[in-house]
Amino acid sequence: MAYSEKVIDHYSNPKNVGTLDKAKKNVGTGLVGAPECGDVMRLQIEVDDASGIITDAKFKTFGCGSAIASSSLATEWLKGKTVDQAVTIDNMDLVEELNLPPVKIHCSVLAEDAIKAAINDYRTKNGLEALQFEEKGVH
Amino acid sequence: MLKLPIYLDNNATTPMDPRVLEAMIPYFTEHFGNAASRNHPFGWEAEEAVDYAREQVAKLIGADPKEIIFTSGATEGDNLGIKGVYEMYASKGNHIITCTTEHKAVLDTCKHIEQLGGEVTYLPVAANGLVDVTALEAAIKPTTILIAIMYANNEIGVVQPVKEITAIAKKHGVLFFSDAVQAVGKIPVDVNADGIDIMAFTAHKMYGPKGIGALYVRRKNPRVKVTAQMDGGGHERGMRSGTLNVPGIVGFGKACELARLEMVADAERLSKLRDKLEVALTQIDESYVNGSTEHRLPHVANISFKYVEGEGLMMGFNKTIALSSGSACTSASLEPSYVLKALGLGDDLAHSSLRFGLGRFTTDEQIDYTIKAVTDTVLKLREMSPLWEMFKEGVDIDSIEWAHH
Repeated sequence: MAYSEKVIDHYSNPKNVGTLDKAKKNVGTGLVGAPECGDVMRLQIEVDDASGIITDAKFKTFGCGSAIASSSLATEWLKGKTVDQAVTIDNMDLVEELNLPPVKIHCSVLAEDAIKAAINDYRTKNGLEALQFEEKGVH
Repeated sequence: MLKLPIYLDNNATTPMDPRVLEAMIPYFTEHFGNAASRNHPFGWEAEEAVDYAREQVAKLIGADPKEIIFTSGATEGDNLGIKGVYEMYASKGNHIITCTTEHKAVLDTCKHIEQLGGEVTYLPVAANGLVDVTALEAAIKPTTILIAIMYANNEIGVVQPVKEITAIAKKHGVLFFSDAVQAVGKIPVDVNADGIDIMAFTAHKMYGPKGIGALYVRRKNPRVKVTAQMDGGGHERGMRSGTLNVPGIVGFGKACELARLEMVADAERLSKLRDKLEVALTQIDESYVNGSTEHRLPHVANISFKYVEGEGLMMGFNKTIALSSGSACTSASLEPSYVLKALGLGDDLAHSSLRFGLGRFTTDEQIDYTIKAVTDTVLKLREMSPLWEMFKEGVDIDSIEWAHH
């Protein structure tokens, strides 16, 4: 299976690899997937409390090239968005941007799950209720 | 001179030796006859070429030429060998013993037999990939007609204790079949010294062409017969109908002859290169060799690099190095290698494995390049791996409740 150029680019030059201080109140961390399934993504956001804007986003991913590319692209899209805008990021947008084949759609679902998990972690840390999301159920 | 891309997937298929191609070419054009045409020179030439190749093939495995049944490859050989015995010996029993690390061509054939009403025992293997011969003997029943155990495994290269198994089979009067695809032409295989009754192997794993293989069927002590699985002209002593693939057979014969003459030297050279690769790659923290390193093919290494995923790892060098992974990220099932799981490896380690299959044309420079490329990519991906970070921080990854999907 050939990879799209965009996947190769994110794999070769991943954006925003790293770790934010999860102890900070304005950092939300999402850890999704499982080693047994061959993908684990950790995605973190740092939010400016006053404006609600995501000022930084970092990821680390154990997985195939498409999983790495999905999380790398997700961090790029998160930066500069408000938390409310970030909630609307859909896995199919990642699929389209990266030209992921059907067998790799689960990588994009995992990235969307990671975004939502990070947002909910941020919300609960700051006394807000966790949002309820529908299961995508693709993976 | 370093030649790129590097091919280290020789367990999947081998390049054809140019000497094999040279031998084959005239049989596509000038000598195109049907080996079954008994009444003209075109047929005679083809038949003569097939007879010669049959001798070359037989000689490699210490068999009589009459014991060689040409097939389209090892999948057909596995089907014909196992289903053919099941049908031919139905009056004696319906029980077959095999093991969990067999190739799908054997496992799925056995599943088919179960649907037909047969009984199959799938023996587990030890952590080193070997079958426990005591457990094998204990599994034999009065209805057992066949033991089917591979000679060497395609994923980890582990060589089964064939002689010990055939001694048990003989003692109990049970036939022994072996899928020897990975072993024939790579290590000495002798059907008489090894006590094998039926054996499938194929040309394209030993520098011959694709689409041609053979089933060895013993004629003496005991005389074995298999029921044909295709009806037709009754070729190959009635066990495999179909016009013979003469150029393929000629190539297969040549490949067997070359293997017989060059096997020892190839194996010695390749085991040194393999060991160099393995020693260098296991210098990386948290890397593990899968399967027995004692009972193993000389040209194979299967290594897990914990905390990085195999397909992601291969992507780091897949333009210059061709190899395989036990990761199943490309398959829809998300299930990693069943062979590695049968060794007791966790799914995480199975997902993190690479299979290196060296071959006749692998060079020292290529191994040096591979060592560097794989090491660099493992280290780079670990910097990107949340699991590696947790491991380094002393977090017990098994204690985390992962959301299984």
